[in-house]
Amino acid sequence: MQSLQDFREETRSWLEQNCPESMRTAMVQEEVVWGGRNAQFTNPDSKIWLERLALKGWTCPTWPAEYGGGGLDKDQAIILNEELVRINARPGLTSFGISMLGPVLLEYGNHEQKLEHIPKIVRGEIRWCQGYSEPGSGSDLASLATKAELQGDTYLINGSKVWTSYADKADWIFCLVRTDFEVPKHAGISFILFDMASEGISTKPIQLISGSSPFCETFFDDVKVPASNLVGRLNEGWTIAKRLLQHERTMISGFGLSSGQSDNGGTTSTISSLEGTAMSYRGDSEKLSDPVLRDQIAQFKIDSDAFAYTSRRSIEESKQGQGPNATSSMLKNYGCELNKRRYELMLQAIGSQGLGWEGKGFNDEELQLTREWLRSKANSIEGGTSEVQLNVIAKRVLGLPDILSMAQK
Amino acid sequence: MALVLSEDQQLLKDSAKSFCEQIAPVSLLRKLRDSKDEQGYDQAVWAQMIELGWGGMAVPESYGGFEFGYGGLGVVLEESGRTLLSSPLISTVLIGATAIFELGNETQKQQLLPQIVAGELLTALALDEHTTHRPSRVATTATKVEGGYSLSGSKTFVLDGHIANKLITVARTSGETDSEQGLSVFLVDAAAEGVSIKRTIMVDSRNSSNVQFSDVRVPSEALLGDFDGAFESLSKVLDIARIGVAAEMLGSMQAVFESILVYLKQREQFGVLIGSFQGLQHRAAEMYSEIELCKSAVRAALSALDDPEKSSREIAVIASMAKAKLSEVFFLVSNEGIQMHGGIGMTDEFDVGFYIKRARVAQQFLGDAAFHRDRYASLNGF
Repeated sequence: MQSLQDFREETRSWLEQNCPESMRTAMVQEEVVWGGRNAQFTNPDSKIWLERLALKGWTCPTWPAEYGGGGLDKDQAIILNEELVRINARPGLTSFGISMLGPVLLEYGNHEQKLEHIPKIVRGEIRWCQGYSEPGSGSDLASLATKAELQGDTYLINGSKVWTSYADKADWIFCLVRTDFEVPKHAGISFILFDMASEGISTKPIQLISGSSPFCETFFDDVKVPASNLVGRLNEGWTIAKRLLQHERTMISGFGLSSGQSDNGGTTSTISSLEGTAMSYRGDSEKLSDPVLRDQIAQFKIDSDAFAYTSRRSIEESKQGQGPNATSSMLKNYGCELNKRRYELMLQAIGSQGLGWEGKGFNDEELQLTREWLRSKANSIEGGTSEVQLNVIAKRVLGLPDILSMAQK
Repeated sequence: MALVLSEDQQLLKDSAKSFCEQIAPVSLLRKLRDSKDEQGYDQAVWAQMIELGWGGMAVPESYGGFEFGYGGLGVVLEESGRTLLSSPLISTVLIGATAIFELGNETQKQQLLPQIVAGELLTALALDEHTTHRPSRVATTATKVEGGYSLSGSKTFVLDGHIANKLITVARTSGETDSEQGLSVFLVDAAAEGVSIKRTIMVDSRNSSNVQFSDVRVPSEALLGDFDGAFESLSKVLDIARIGVAAEMLGSMQAVFESILVYLKQREQFGVLIGSFQGLQHRAAEMYSEIELCKSAVRAALSALDDPEKSSREIAVIASMAKAKLSEVFFLVSNEGIQMHGGIGMTDEFDVGFYIKRARVAQQFLGDAAFHRDRYASLNGF
């Protein structure tokens, strides 16, 4: 049995030899690697770094080696992470396959499904998108109506999804579909995977208030999907759907920790120190001259500290490997509200320079800040609104009676 | 940094919890209040606490203590906060023992710490002189006289002043009233000539007092810590005390929140349990989240105190973080405690009122949220 100290030393020397120099710098938005059939590597080192990590399964360190994962136990994974942080290594791969689909596929998928999809997620060969929300089903996700009808050994899928992140760039979709219209809404949902290159799929980007278009409308018109692509049992997809949402919420809650990836809503703003920025834009040297803003920033930073300790505590508490639970709703809600507060304070910190839209008169960071501020407003909507998270906490954590479920029955 | 309790700490917490529930429930505080008890704490209960070793929780074994660290003292304080236990635990164990350990010389430590562990010595910190906490704002003077010092001035909000044997008194030996330079700390016998202690009946039914020093003579050996340069070590003592009080507040706010949850699940209006109303559910869920943050803040702060690698500055930052956060959330939870219990929350018969009263005192004690946000900002260079 290899000791943890040996593992640390080996890991450290492997990283020294294999992590390219340019991958040891802060991530910039244009160089985030999403993988997929049409993967883009703005920086060629990103490709080398991804391939080296993937070969060891270290894009997904704790996933089973049988499916291409790193096969590390929790303690080893912590060490790997510490060593990555130590050299300021960038993540080799950012993907919804890693943060959302993979964990539930490992939990609910059959052997063939895992064998087909997990290694490709590890290597970043397939980029996944999430088919959850529909025009009529936002917070009330379980009312979804995209229909899958079994015809022989094929499902025929019709309907539409909305807020599908990067549907226009994704190769495959994990999708919630209705397979039974006769039963209560939660009991007729299935979880299915299919290729976005299939006939009958079209996507249309949605322009956001921030000017960017990370989300799409996605339409399914008689899309044929092999029945074997259904994950778990027929009509039991809601359980998987909820589990996946916990993983998604855990991911989004990381936005509150100020080290997230920007493209899905977190922070990469190069203007990182709120108080330093506020002082430099005012020409203050020793003390922030606006006492109200100073107090608000202190309050924000205190909440951020306490939140970061809470995230760490929740990791320590889930050491038994149960993965995220209902507290993910608390972390998601708090983390998102914190991230929104950060951007509001950042705007106050730099005054009118934070209100530029484009063109001259503003530097790139300032223009990016304006856009990120607007983008951050979605944090408390995506992955379940803050109000939905509060419902989950009230019901699942606090055990308060549920008036809604009575109304639905 | 350990953010979850160790096995030892968990055992200690469980035993403290059952002690407080059985021996020192809120009804004990009610009884002390209603009977206008002279001492303001139950001496028999205090004797049992000493028996349990609570007097030496964080004191090293070499001074007769039990070396459970501040993490150990923290869980005891948390449980004592649940039932609003009124005792010398804060004034003497949390503050007194810490001050002697941090400031005192070897002789003072050898002599006094075992007395605290054994429950033979009660102390009170005489620091504040104004209605809001600002540790450098000290006008009480100590001047050198033959064989020692003479102290004159007045102190307010002196916790447990009227039961203390010794007053840990902060006095100015040089400099201007607001200067951090020129402060010294003295151990003053409560019975010394020229000391006048007047108990003040506070809203939380605990013991405070105003103390007057008129040409009080103390011997040279009464100096605790550096002459003229006590501010830095005193700040460390205050930071430890702030973290301990935050731990106590954590216990109190959890007790209020549990009471709220029970009520939401049993009170019916409009034919349904009121806990099914979203207007109340979301407020409860938000409080839950804030309390979870408070738990983490307190655990992080206590574990920083037991980490020898942490600098005084790091401890100062985390202490102000914890005291600001806990003060703010206890304010919220104690207010909601009244509101969510409705009319019954306003009755003296129901316990929640005791908690809002304690909340305001604990918030103010050693600096309120605004004081600590300001300090946090200064410590972080903005």
